[in-house]
Amino acid sequence: MSSQAQPAVAADLRPWTDPDATPFISVKGVSKRFGTFTAVSDVSLDIYRGEVFCLLGGSGCGKTTLLRMLAGFESPTEGKILIDGKDMANVPADRRPTNMMFQSYALFPHMSVEKNVAYGLLREGKSKPEAMDRVAQMLKLVKLEPYAKRKPHQLSGGQRQRVALARALVKQPKVLLLDEPLGALDKKLREETQFELIRIQETLGVTFIVVTHDQEEAMTLATRIGVMTEGEIRQIGEPREIYESPNSRFVADFIGSVNLFEGTVASLNGAQAVVDTADLGPVTTTAPEGVSVGQTVTLAIRPERFALTRAAPAEGTPNTCRAMVRDMGYGGHISSYRLKLGNGRIVSATQSNRLRDEDPIMWDEEISITFPPPVVRVLTR
Amino acid sequence: MRGSWFLPAASFLGFAFLYIPILSLIIYSFNDSQLVTVWGGFSTRWYGELLNDAQILGAAWISLKVGVLSATIATVIGTLAAFVLTRFGRFRGRLLMTGMVTAPLVMPEVLIGLSLLLLFVSMELALGWPSERGMVTVVIAHSTFCAAYVAVIAQSRLRDMDDSLEEAARDLGAGPVRVFFDITLPVIAPALVSGWLLAFTLSLDDLVIASFVSGPGASTLPMVIFSKVRLGVSPDVNALATLIILIVAVAVSVAGWVLYRQSKRG
Amino acid sequence: MSAGALDRAGAGRFALPLPLKITFGLLVLLAAAGAVLLPQNAALLLGGLVAAVLVAFGLGRAAGISDRWLVIAIPMLWLFVFFLVPFLVLGRISLSEAMIARPPYSPLFEQGADGWEYAGSFGNYQFLAEDPLYASAYISSIRIAATSTLLALLIGYPLAYFIARSPEPRRSILLLLVILPFWTSFLLRVYAWIGLLRRDGVINGFLMWTGIIDQPLVMLQTDFAVYLGIVYTYLPFMILPLYANLVKLDGALLEAASDLGASPILTFFTVTLPLSLPGIIAGSMLVFIPAIGEFVIPALLGGPDTLMIGRVLWDEFFSARDWPVASAVAIVMLFLVVVPIMWLQSVQNRQEGAQ
Repeated sequence: MSSQAQPAVAADLRPWTDPDATPFISVKGVSKRFGTFTAVSDVSLDIYRGEVFCLLGGSGCGKTTLLRMLAGFESPTEGKILIDGKDMANVPADRRPTNMMFQSYALFPHMSVEKNVAYGLLREGKSKPEAMDRVAQMLKLVKLEPYAKRKPHQLSGGQRQRVALARALVKQPKVLLLDEPLGALDKKLREETQFELIRIQETLGVTFIVVTHDQEEAMTLATRIGVMTEGEIRQIGEPREIYESPNSRFVADFIGSVNLFEGTVASLNGAQAVVDTADLGPVTTTAPEGVSVGQTVTLAIRPERFALTRAAPAEGTPNTCRAMVRDMGYGGHISSYRLKLGNGRIVSATQSNRLRDEDPIMWDEEISITFPPPVVRVLTR
Repeated sequence: MRGSWFLPAASFLGFAFLYIPILSLIIYSFNDSQLVTVWGGFSTRWYGELLNDAQILGAAWISLKVGVLSATIATVIGTLAAFVLTRFGRFRGRLLMTGMVTAPLVMPEVLIGLSLLLLFVSMELALGWPSERGMVTVVIAHSTFCAAYVAVIAQSRLRDMDDSLEEAARDLGAGPVRVFFDITLPVIAPALVSGWLLAFTLSLDDLVIASFVSGPGASTLPMVIFSKVRLGVSPDVNALATLIILIVAVAVSVAGWVLYRQSKRG
Repeated sequence: MSAGALDRAGAGRFALPLPLKITFGLLVLLAAAGAVLLPQNAALLLGGLVAAVLVAFGLGRAAGISDRWLVIAIPMLWLFVFFLVPFLVLGRISLSEAMIARPPYSPLFEQGADGWEYAGSFGNYQFLAEDPLYASAYISSIRIAATSTLLALLIGYPLAYFIARSPEPRRSILLLLVILPFWTSFLLRVYAWIGLLRRDGVINGFLMWTGIIDQPLVMLQTDFAVYLGIVYTYLPFMILPLYANLVKLDGALLEAASDLGASPILTFFTVTLPLSLPGIIAGSMLVFIPAIGEFVIPALLGGPDTLMIGRVLWDEFFSARDWPVASAVAIVMLFLVVVPIMWLQSVQNRQEGAQ
């Protein structure tokens, strides 16, 4: 599936693949320091119109600070932010084409749902009837019409979340900033709301920038994800790209679970390389550009990519070795295993439980594990 | 701890200690006899005498005016001080302001009273104002020390308030002044109401500061009461005390109700 | 104004251009209140204040000073002029001499043969140091304040603990009962003790009626009455910080201690008491500091030989009319209370930092 095959569609849906596309939001070399503490360090990033861009990272990684700089609550120590081509440096929060949905929702406790949603429209100088019309439409979109006259404290968590969303969207901002939008909801509601958010985003075509610590949420919502740690963006990419082709040990380890193996490049034949590892022996794989013989690299293999078999694979199959099952956990749709390799190294592997009456691999069995070259990712950082 | 009887018993004695003097005031305000220990039968005679005492009524009216004015000014200054201290981050003079807001809470009243009087006298010499001491000087003095109490109450409410409420209003297009009047003020209003009430009671109650900074013709109620009771028990003061306790009980209930409503709405 | 009324006010503002309306509304309200309540000079003062603030904002904007600084300036200036400057004046007058004049103290600078000469002296302080009355008044104030603080702690601690361990809603009600007396007149509550303590008072009457004593006890006009008055007046100040501290104490800690074999009394002394130390310090300082300068309680309940520095200051000022000596007494008192105030402040800062 190359991008040349369907250029028009690909450029439209995935503008970041088109080098000539103009970004809608440009963050250029932005840093933010509080005293001696650096919250955001030299971040550059382009976001395109209509995207759902997720900033993903643990607590204290700087993602919220970056979002607050976009909203105008903090000003960058260095660098600049452009929205729709305009420099935001001297634009205060109340004049920016962005609106924010707060983690705590920040609904005004002394105003009804209707007045909360109308607040921003009235600040724009809209007349009251006009504002109320828009409010009614918006409440319909988020399915809250019957609750217009209620106060925030009379609503459930999910309803409050939708009021906050409606209030931020009613001004038809160019960009909607969402700080942990689903963080305060329980698991089941969260899954429903994810799809609801996507529906609304597609209906209105607003650009979303979402801050989250929840990788599943980021994977489901995002067109692209920026993985942040210690104030830096480590990788930007589509969810699939981030998961399948992490660019560093950090990203591989942060997203999902992964087995990492140290090794040295023993030989190179075009893109094909053989890496010597203490744990798995020689591993055949595809090396990224710029790798040289003798270089120390890390191999990343996702647990679900191991094939587990009782019988040894056919003679001459590359990338295989024997292991003992030390532990096994039944997890409904999958079973997870902890396997002990010849040199004592423990690796984790999962297998999907596709058949009900399968004779599963159990404790203390000696088995073969196979990891064909395409599933092994070579990391140099 | 220490057996199950100790705490309740000690607490009961503690509450008795707090309330017996107040109860005795109320009971003896209905005593017909001039002598305190002798029960001369139920009577509302002291209330009648109270209502005919022009000196006490005049002083009460002055105290009321001073109280309303001081409480209002104190609420404005205290709220501003609290807002500046909780919302403005670091600024030059922050430490000074923190000190000036907390010190009046513990500063002995004689110090506040004497120093303010000396200020007024010096100001009169230097600026010709205030030309005489009276209600205005008492209002200034009371506003100053009551502002500290209001500031403490407002500060704790402002700290508890979710910062993102104000940010959300900014985000939706309101300027800083607008945010203060639309969001901050309504949200902290219940705390300001109780702050105002506290300032009002403190002003109504103050003897020492008023004695220093007041002048002829502006004796407040506590000053009149003090001159009466210094010589011993006076039954019409009992009646007055009972009335004040009644008013306070009502006012505190109202304030409590407002705060309770606020806490219920979360 | 209730919260509901504010909501309605908010609804009324909903579609209207607010700042102009509010400004006018406030001005009209203030003018009306001034006309009804105030003698002319006070109305002038208030109007002047409002006008000064508005003019300051106007000028400030014109001069390019940000509103932020003007908002800081209002409370800052008020507190500076009416709280801090008075203490400077106090210090300055304590260096003067008493005079029969208006004002009754000597100027700090005198017109001498060659220009202005500094005429201040530490004579008043020397006088305080030499007259044993003042030294013993300071010592006696500290003694009385310290004793009362200890008594208040002994009475207040079990009460605070009991309230903190009570289930809701009883806890809130008990707390309200502690605060309630604080809202009623302090002067009248002290006065109530006169009726209880005097020779033919309620307590003596009760004790003689039950036959426990046959001669009335002398209680009023003693140091005992002063202790009682101080403890009674300031008890809520002791209980509230203690309560605030104890209510945060995790019940699981006490269970853990008893699980590990500590008796209830041992648990109290090894777990509860050390953890509540910040509350104890805060409560004690809140009683001790104002008690040192107390005037009303020794004046109403104390005897002629109950020496307290607040009373000495009062007499020096109102009876002897010696303003400079009164100022010197006040300055020494200020130094006496500054140390505990700083301590209190640091304890509170640490607590805030810990939260």
